[in-house]
Amino acid sequence: MSAASDGDEPVEGTVAPALAAELPGLRLRWTVAADALGGRSPRALKRRLDHVSQRFRGADAVALRTRPVPRAYRAFFRQIGLDPDAEPPPAEAVALQRLMRGELHSGDRLADALALAILETGVPVVAFAEAQLAGDVTLRAATAGETLPTGDYAHDVPAGRLVLADGAGPVAILFGRLSDRHAAGRERAAVRLVAIQVPGVPVAHVDEALWLAGDALTEVD
Amino acid sequence: VERGTALVLIDQTHPFAPVAAPDEAAARRTLRAQIARLERELGDTVLAAFPHVRQQPGPRGSGPRILTLGELERVRDELADRLRAARVVVARRAELEERSRMLLEEMLREPERHKRVRLPVADLGERGCGAYSVRPRLGVIGMLMGWWHVKLSSGCPEPAPA
Repeated sequence: MSAASDGDEPVEGTVAPALAAELPGLRLRWTVAADALGGRSPRALKRRLDHVSQRFRGADAVALRTRPVPRAYRAFFRQIGLDPDAEPPPAEAVALQRLMRGELHSGDRLADALALAILETGVPVVAFAEAQLAGDVTLRAATAGETLPTGDYAHDVPAGRLVLADGAGPVAILFGRLSDRHAAGRERAAVRLVAIQVPGVPVAHVDEALWLAGDALTEVD
Repeated sequence: VERGTALVLIDQTHPFAPVAAPDEAAARRTLRAQIARLERELGDTVLAAFPHVRQQPGPRGSGPRILTLGELERVRDELADRLRAARVVVARRAELEERSRMLLEEMLREPERHKRVRLPVADLGERGCGAYSVRPRLGVIGMLMGWWHVKLSSGCPEPAPA
C-alpha cells in the first residue's frame, strides 16, 4: 500500500512530466477506502441513488453536456482523441444508463457508489483493489510492449496510449477499461479510488467525488 | 545552445513524449483551446435547438493519446463543421417558426382565406403533437355559409397496437 494517503484525505497523484507539460491542468487525485464493505448496496445508498434518480429527468440528460464539469470532460475527450458522442464521458454514460433502465440503483455497492459520485459531481472515479496494486498509480503514456491484464490474457496496449499504471505496468486505460486483475471486486477489502481532474474542473468537485464514493463504500447498513 | 542540448536529451529519454519545437507545442495549446471553445458552442447550439440537431458520432477513435498537430487540426475542423451545420439547422428552424407565426396570425385574422390549412404546433417551436387548423363552424352549414374558424387540436395519436 502506498504511504501517501491516510485512507481519508484525497491526495495528489503523479502525472508523468511529459504529459503534465503537454496537458496542463490534467491531474490525478486518489484516496483509499481502507475497509470497503463490498457486497450489496446498503439501504441508505439505495435511497440516495433513488433521490438522485428522481431529480434526474430526460431534460437533465440533454442539458448535462452544457454544465461546466461534464462540459470540461467532453472538451478533454476531444483533445485526447476520443469522440464524446461515440464514447460518452462517464457522467453522460451514467445519465444514459439512468434513462434506459429507469433507475440508477444496481444493487452492487461498488457500482452504486461510483455512479453516485459521478452523477453528483460529474467527476469520474475508478476503483482498484488496493492489495493488487504495486505502489502508486500514475497517469502516463504507455510504452512499447506494455499490456493490460484482462482475464487469463493480457491485451497489448499501443505505445502512447494514455494509461493509469502502477509500478508494474498499466492497470487501466484512461477513461476506459480496467485490468480485471486490478479492478476492485465485491469482497470486503481496501479499495483505491482514483479520480482524473481535467482543465476546468475545480479540485473541490474531484475531492467531493472521492469522498462520496469512499463514504458509500464504507457505510454500514 | 545548452537549452537545445537539454531538449534533445529529454526527447531521447522519453521516446513517447511528444517531440515538438516550443512553437509547435504552443500551436497545439492554441488548438486545444479552440477545440474546447467549439465544443462549448456546439453544446449550447445543440441544446438550444433540441431535438432538431442530431449529433452523429464519428467512427470510434484509437483510444486516448496525445494528438499531433495534424490530428488536433482535424478535430478542430470537424467540430467547426459540426457547429456550422448545427447553426444552419438552428437558422432554418428560426425561419420556419417565424413564417409559421406569421401564418398563424393570418389564419386567425382571416380564416376564410386559409380554408383547411393545418399548422403543427411543432412548427411554432412548441412541444406536442397538436395543430392549428382552419375548419368550418357547424360542419357543412359553416362550409356553405362561409363560416370558418381556427381550431387547436391537442394530444398525440394513440400508439398503434403491436
